[in-house]
Amino acid sequence: MGEVKFSKEHEWIKLDGDVATIGITKHATEMLGDIVFVELPESGSSIEKDGNAGVVESTKAASDVYTPVSGQVLECNQSIIDDPSKINSDPENQAWFFKLKIKDKSEMESLMNKEEYDKFAKENTN
Amino acid sequence: METQKTALYEYHKSLGAKFVPFAGYQMPVQYTSGIVEEHKLTRTKAGLFDVSHMGQLFIEDNSNLIEELEKIIPIDLQNIKLHQSKYSFLTNESGGIYDDLIVTKVEKGFNIILNAACKENDYKIFKNALGYKFKLILNKDLSLIALQGPKAAEILESVINGASSLRFMNGNNFLFKENKIYITRSGYTGEDGFEISLQNKIVESLAKILVAKGAQPIGLGARDTLRLEAGLCLYGHDIDETTTPIEANLKWAISKRRRVEGGFLGYNKIKSNIDGNISRLRVGIKPLGKIIAREGVKIFSQDENEIGSVTSGTFGPSVNRSIAMGYVKYDFTKPGTKIFLEVRGKKYEANVIELPFYKKNYVR
Repeated sequence: MGEVKFSKEHEWIKLDGDVATIGITKHATEMLGDIVFVELPESGSSIEKDGNAGVVESTKAASDVYTPVSGQVLECNQSIIDDPSKINSDPENQAWFFKLKIKDKSEMESLMNKEEYDKFAKENTN
Repeated sequence: METQKTALYEYHKSLGAKFVPFAGYQMPVQYTSGIVEEHKLTRTKAGLFDVSHMGQLFIEDNSNLIEELEKIIPIDLQNIKLHQSKYSFLTNESGGIYDDLIVTKVEKGFNIILNAACKENDYKIFKNALGYKFKLILNKDLSLIALQGPKAAEILESVINGASSLRFMNGNNFLFKENKIYITRSGYTGEDGFEISLQNKIVESLAKILVAKGAQPIGLGARDTLRLEAGLCLYGHDIDETTTPIEANLKWAISKRRRVEGGFLGYNKIKSNIDGNISRLRVGIKPLGKIIAREGVKIFSQDENEIGSVTSGTFGPSVNRSIAMGYVKYDFTKPGTKIFLEVRGKKYEANVIELPFYKKNYVR
């Protein structure tokens, strides 16, 4: 299984063969606060890099979720739809958002590694 | 305009508060445990809120203040008792609402609590109407904190002897560290609780004692979810200059005598609303699924006509579901009416329901 990469929109992505698992980072959940609703892309649909791939809502506001790479949605995580608070408690493991059949692996190259992301997140904390 | 800070700013900071600008003030939106947890602690124990950004206006009575005040506030001030509080509004010429407020009769006049975002404009309105004859003080040396929740009375009584014997919507003078403070039994959460008005220089000391006794500091985030569950209006969202008190379903707040006699700004429109000439009403909205319908979401009838819009909506932590309020055309206001909410281009089924979502626990 490959290295976990990160996007500037605070998504993480883990590649296993040509299947990517995508979620939002712990840093993102800390900025959002308590998550109370999540909307995920439809299984089977195709989504494009940096395109809209769902919504997370906290008690305060709604925020868009983007996909860091293009591909076809294979599966969504029903358990976070049923209990969105799981996203706050375990964002980078159990509370993954969706799995993609990745279209172009080279899209991974522009993403950040953990160290780069941690630095980016620290600089972009509001 | 430079952002202002309340006297508790440093204290909030020391507690790990996240701040947001609100009505010109840096206010804590939440502390470290988060909005949902803060909300639940207020419902199960006691929450402490800094609401010092709100305006505290004192108007001194020297002769016929009641008569003059009744011209701009639609409540029966002739029959208000000493230390009694009433919810009311400043209405405009067209029956809309400049602000909603709490009026308390005190020994030398009236204390009026104003919304932070409206207080400067309110002051002008009061000054124009009353300034020729009455002394008005928009007091900047005073803080206001609210202690809310089932443990509020026990906690406050252990610090301020006698406070727990106040009745709902009644106040009185008390002493804290030899300073006179004013406490009312009121709030904005749907829980039993108190609002405490005291000098800036002693507020941190009282706040710390209340927290040491078990009150949890609560930010504006949970204040909003608590008031929405309790079906209470937020000025600038659920009510404003274009909504009348009758449309807002707040007829109860206009005293009976005033509904009949009038004599306040916008009475013609309000009377006409009361007589049945009314096109819309504020209602409670219960989405059937988990979808959250926020301010601005359009509301449709079953036959796809637009019939109104949402004015407040969130997830209610104590009722554990999505809740909203909004205005719909009068024909669609009956509880149980099926409506549709348009969120991000898709329509979601919802029902009109009676407010509040969460049953109030006031001590009468």
